[in-house]
Amino acid sequence: MYKYDEYDQSMVDARVEEFRDQVQRRLAGQMTEDQFKPLRLMNGLYLQLHAYMLRVAVPYGTLDSRQMRMLAHVARKYDRGYGHFTTRQNIQFNWIKLADTPDILAELATVEMHAIQTSGNCIRNISSDQFAGAAADEVTDPRPWAELLRQWSTFHPEFTYLPRKFKIAVIAAPEDRAAMRLHDIGIELTERDGRLGAKIFVGGGMGRTPMISHEIRDFIGADDLLSYLEACLRVYNRYGRRDNIYKARIKILLHEIGADEYRRQVEEEFVAVKALGLDPPAAELERITAMFAPPPLTAEPVELDRSDPDFAVWLDQNVRPHKQPGHAIVTISLKLIGGIPGDASADQIDVMADLAERYSADELRVTHAQNIVLPHVAQADLPAIWQALTETGLAEANLDLISDIIACPGLDYCALANARSIPVAQKIATRFADLGRQRELGELKLKISGCINACGHHHAGHIGILGVDRKGTENFQLLLGGSGAEDVSLGKITGPGFSEDGVVDAIERVTDKYLEVRESGERFLDTYRRVGMEPFKEAIYG
Amino acid sequence: MADPDATDTGGETLLRLRTDEVHDEPAVTLDAFLDGQTNATAVRLEAGDDARALLPRLGQLALVEISFPTFRDGRGYSSARILREAGFAGELRAAGDVLVDQLPHMRRCGFDSFAPQAPIDPDVLRASLSRYDHHYQRAADAAVPIWKLRHG
Amino acid sequence: MKLLTGNDLVTGDVIWWTGSGWSRHVEEAGDVGDQGEPIALAEEGARRVNGPVIIDATMTPDGPRPAHIKDRIRALGPTVRPDLTLKPADPNAGSWVI
Repeated sequence: MYKYDEYDQSMVDARVEEFRDQVQRRLAGQMTEDQFKPLRLMNGLYLQLHAYMLRVAVPYGTLDSRQMRMLAHVARKYDRGYGHFTTRQNIQFNWIKLADTPDILAELATVEMHAIQTSGNCIRNISSDQFAGAAADEVTDPRPWAELLRQWSTFHPEFTYLPRKFKIAVIAAPEDRAAMRLHDIGIELTERDGRLGAKIFVGGGMGRTPMISHEIRDFIGADDLLSYLEACLRVYNRYGRRDNIYKARIKILLHEIGADEYRRQVEEEFVAVKALGLDPPAAELERITAMFAPPPLTAEPVELDRSDPDFAVWLDQNVRPHKQPGHAIVTISLKLIGGIPGDASADQIDVMADLAERYSADELRVTHAQNIVLPHVAQADLPAIWQALTETGLAEANLDLISDIIACPGLDYCALANARSIPVAQKIATRFADLGRQRELGELKLKISGCINACGHHHAGHIGILGVDRKGTENFQLLLGGSGAEDVSLGKITGPGFSEDGVVDAIERVTDKYLEVRESGERFLDTYRRVGMEPFKEAIYG
Repeated sequence: MADPDATDTGGETLLRLRTDEVHDEPAVTLDAFLDGQTNATAVRLEAGDDARALLPRLGQLALVEISFPTFRDGRGYSSARILREAGFAGELRAAGDVLVDQLPHMRRCGFDSFAPQAPIDPDVLRASLSRYDHHYQRAADAAVPIWKLRHG
Repeated sequence: MKLLTGNDLVTGDVIWWTGSGWSRHVEEAGDVGDQGEPIALAEEGARRVNGPVIIDATMTPDGPRPAHIKDRIRALGPTVRPDLTLKPADPNAGSWVI
């Protein structure tokens, strides 16, 4: 894992003091809310329905047990004993007092954490593959590259007042576990002629105008990457729309001028920028990479006792092969039946930290599907881990099943929401609580947003739900056929919306139809793509 | 970091990080500069103007003023860097809705004078400009990026 | 009736204008009539409230009831965490929201 040196530490320490000063000036009346808002947002501080909300960055979703315990500490001391893990691999605290935030940030800085650029019209937390460094299918660990980008984007002087927020994801495997193609910039690391480089995709995103990114460059070497991104961002900063907040994301710029014209402008800018010496020497990526060296994993493969059926199901569902024989990747589900997707109590956070320290080379990951990963586990330790998870209520064996729902906080917490997402998620999970039934349905990614901003990724759900406000009443639209993975696609609305209970019934009719018409080996998404919307529409609306 | 020199110019505060004399010729618009007033030595760029249009005759300019209609409009940061990257050594002034917390970034992009429409507290400004000892990226100022400090 | 509401600048708590000050309890909110804007302006200037807004509500035997579900959720707390609402012991609090 990356460790701060004196420079990194001085940056976050200075940031704490800067924000302390900004908060003091706000409280003393030297700044209006209009002036303070972008400053607090660039430190992840929102004003939500019930209180301030603080979003803490988990760079590329990686953290160690000490950092995880700090999150539990913040939850207990400054919040109400829990936190919410987000689709961009961060964590949010819902009940924060403005006056406490400088102290919270100071505490976070002691464990190399911060809330820098977790909101605002700037480059946000760099997200990545939660299986990085452990997955068998990766060409390299993407996190050193993500860290390089974290440093480049932190307090970038030119790109702090962009037309709109800017999200970057970095992956290095053919299987896309980070919704890379739905980011403003998606980077896929590849190897060419024995050299590592990046394939650059630009202009993806969800929100009210969902778009899949365009490939802008098929290969850029490590030594030119930052210059190239600088060129990508500069074209956007200069020409992205600023007249309409809903048309200000880079995807709209690409849509309006076309990917070819955007590419032409970027390449032209790249020629100018490349001469400036913006890229660090190879030694810097090597320095960072050395800190991500794989932990010593020496366990021998073991044959596990599968006689406990609950354990066996959990093994099949939540445990994935590790690239190192004898080891495994464990996903801890934060999608308990009837629970709040992505929420974890301070006690649960501590338990996960303990497990990571004891069994997973002191590492944890946050996934974009709002779960937690123990990336480096010896197979022989799986029974003990499962036992500990069972005792703390975290052994739900539903990874990638219909109850493994992504949901935004919705109208229960969020000032922008039009409808509540969490109660719908709870009702669906409860309806499909039977694990045998869920496994019969197979991989089924269900994603719920409480408004058109799409924080719950509804466009990318095999089944998506969008909550809207219809004359003061919550109403839910159903979408089918989206995917945020390497087979990326955008879901289509089935037709008229439903009440909260109505949408749960409609989903059941969809899954029944799927079971009726699927062919052998087909996931729900495969069947949908084969038969199209009509059979499902008929099943739903009759 | 030297304290910025605050000059009172007819009611408006001008904060300068330069020691030369304030240029006293009025700035003309980009359109005027390109068509008509081609001998001007000072130009004012609006946020949406293309800074590269100045490059062919950059040498004759002593002052470029870049307008910030609202503090949220960040186009001027790119305009400033483009001019500095092309070798512009004259005064680069940020004018308009320029807030104290933005000045450090503006300075890094090459601005060396500021004409904020609302007054800026000099103590806050001093603290703001000296807050960070280091920077991660190379930009248009003289700061040595952290990666360079690490690797020499 | 019209209610004036916002969040406490320092704590972020949801607050309601009572006619003479701020309360966390919507039951204590008073009708601001057409006086909402000047009060909001003055209170915001005094930094006692952040993001004040004037909302519609109706008077009921239980007190003012905001017209929109969002404001009822603000008044109570998250419906999915009754333990964290202002009425953790009231099993019917959730149905007041819907």
